Amino acid sequence: MEGNTILKIEKLSKHFGGVQAMLDVSFSLRQGEFLGIIGPNGSGKTTLVNLITGFVKPNSGKVIYQGKDITGKMPYTIAGLGIARTFQMVRLFYNLPAYKNLIIPLCSSRVKKLRGGKYGERDDVAVDLLDDMGFERDSFVPYKLAGSLPHGYLKRLDLARAMALRPDLLILDELFSGMAMSEVASTLPLIEKFHEEGLTIIMIEHRLKELFRVVDRVMVLNYGQKIAEGSPEEVMGTEDVKKAYLGIEVEIT
Amino acid sequence: MAEVEARYRKKRLDRGIKARADTIFAIASYREILYLILPRALPVIILLSLPLVLPSYWGKVLVYACIYGLLALSWDFLASCGLFSLGQAFFLGIGAYIAGALSYYFHWSPVITLPIATIGGGVISAALLSPVIRLRGVYFAMVTLMLPMLFMKMIETTGLLGGTHGLSALKPFPKGWAGTYLVIGLFLVCLFIFRRIINEDYGLVLRAIRDDDRAVMSAAINIYWRKIQALFVAGAVGSFAGAFMTHHYQFVGMSAFALDYSILPVAAAALGGPGTFAGAALGSMILVPLSEALRALGGMRIAIYCVILILSVIALPEGIFHYIERKYHQFERLVRVG
Repeated sequence: MEGNTILKIEKLSKHFGGVQAMLDVSFSLRQGEFLGIIGPNGSGKTTLVNLITGFVKPNSGKVIYQGKDITGKMPYTIAGLGIARTFQMVRLFYNLPAYKNLIIPLCSSRVKKLRGGKYGERDDVAVDLLDDMGFERDSFVPYKLAGSLPHGYLKRLDLARAMALRPDLLILDELFSGMAMSEVASTLPLIEKFHEEGLTIIMIEHRLKELFRVVDRVMVLNYGQKIAEGSPEEVMGTEDVKKAYLGIEVEIT
Repeated sequence: MAEVEARYRKKRLDRGIKARADTIFAIASYREILYLILPRALPVIILLSLPLVLPSYWGKVLVYACIYGLLALSWDFLASCGLFSLGQAFFLGIGAYIAGALSYYFHWSPVITLPIATIGGGVISAALLSPVIRLRGVYFAMVTLMLPMLFMKMIETTGLLGGTHGLSALKPFPKGWAGTYLVIGLFLVCLFIFRRIINEDYGLVLRAIRDDDRAVMSAAINIYWRKIQALFVAGAVGSFAGAFMTHHYQFVGMSAFALDYSILPVAAAALGGPGTFAGAALGSMILVPLSEALRALGGMRIAIYCVILILSVIALPEGIFHYIERKYHQFERLVRVG
C-alpha cells in the first residue's frame, strides 16, 4: 500500500424514481492510482461520475475527497477542489475558437493562483495546453471554431479543458467513444503520461483492450452494483463479469 | 469594359488587415485606417452632433431613444449569459423611483441621486432576481414580466411614493444640454464597454454559460455568482436610465413600470441583431424615432408600426447589424493586376 487515499466512496445509492441507478457502491482510490470502471450499457458508470462530481445528488452514502466530505456539494465547488471530468457527449462551446474553450477553466478561481490564471496570460497557456494535446500550435487548428473540428479533436479538446484545471483527480467518461483507432492510439500515450506524472485517474471505457493496458485496477458495475474489483485478469475471470458481459450459458435440451 | 475587367480584380479589403486572430491588425495605408476607424467613429460623431442640429422636439425624441437604447443594451447583456428578460421596466422603475424619492423627500440634486439610484437599482435588481436565476428561458422571462406589474400594483394600492399621482416637481438637470449629453455619453460608453467586455475573458465565460452551463460548472466556475453579477450590471444600466428619466421629466409615476419599457427594448434588440449590443443600440435608434414619425398618422400609428416591425424581422431575421457587419467584412476594392 503506497500513497494515501485521495477518494473514498461509501455506500453510495441513487434512484431515479423506480430505477435503482446505484446501490451501495463503495470503493477507494489511492493517490496516483489508475482505476478503470467498466460495465454493460446502463450499469450506472456515468451516474457514478455524476455523483462524484456533484451533477447528481445521491440519496444516501458519502463521497470523501482528500479527507473532506464533498457529498451533495455544487459541481463548481467540487471541480474547484481539483476533480476534473470529461463528458461522454462532449460539452464544448462550439461557436468559440478551440483555444478560447480553455479560457473558461482558466478563469476559475482554482487556476487564478497558478500560471495562466492571470489576465493576458490565458491565451498563451491555452495554446500551450492544446499543443500538449496534439493540436499543432503553428497550424490553424487551435484557432478554428470548435464547431468545425472533427470528432477526435473535440474529444481531445474536452480532455484539454479538464486538464486546464490542473486537477488532482481526472475522471474520463468514455473518452474513446467515437474515436478512430488512430486517434485512440495517439491519445492513449497522453493519458499514460499524465498518470506517470502522478495524476490520479478514473477511466470509464468500453474499449477494454486499451483500458487494460493502462489501468492498475478495474471495477465492474452491473445494474448499479459493484460486481467485481481487482486487476484486469482477476476481474475478467470472475463468473459474474462473464455473465454480465456475455450472458449465461443455458443448456438447451 | 472587358479591358477594365481584365486588368483589375476584386479583393477583400479586410483580408490584408486581419492577421490570424480578429484582434490583431496589420495596417498598411490610410485607406485601411479609415476602413477600421470610420464605422466606429462615425456613429459617435453623428450622435454627439445631433443635439446641435436637431429641432427641440426631435432633440427630445433623441433623449428618449437613448433611454430605450440603454434598456436594450441592458437586455442584450442579460441575454448574453442566457437570461432572457421581459422585465426591463422593472430595472427602469426601480431606478426612477429611487431617484424620485431621494429628490422629492430630501431635495437632493441629480449629481447625488443618479449614482445612488444606479448602484442601488443594480443591487435591488440582483437581490430580487437572485432566487430565480436557476430558472431558464421562458420561466425566467415570466418572473421578470411579473415583477414590474407587482411593483406597479403595490404602489397603486398602498399609495406609497405618491401612489397613482406620482412624485412631481423634482430637481431638473442644471442645464438642458447637460442632461442630453449625459444620457448620450453614457449610452455610448455603455455600448463600447459592453462590446469590449463580451469579447474579453469575462464575456467569454458569460457566453459559455448561455451555451452550456454544465460545462462551465465542471470548469469550477460558480455560474450563479456570474449570473448575479450580470443581473447587477444590467440592473444598474436600466436603473440609470430610469433615474435619468425621472430628473429629465422632473416627474416619476407608475408609468415607469409600464409594459412598453419591457417590450420595446426586446423588439429593438431583435430588429438590430441580438448579441452584438451595436444591434440593440441601432434598433432603438430606429424604432423610437419611427414611432414618433408615425404619430402624425393618428390611430393607424401602432398598426403601421407593427407591420414595419414584422416585415423587417421576416426580411432580416438575423438583425440589421449582423447584416451590416457581414457586408462590412465582404467589402471589396479593385486591385490593379499587371
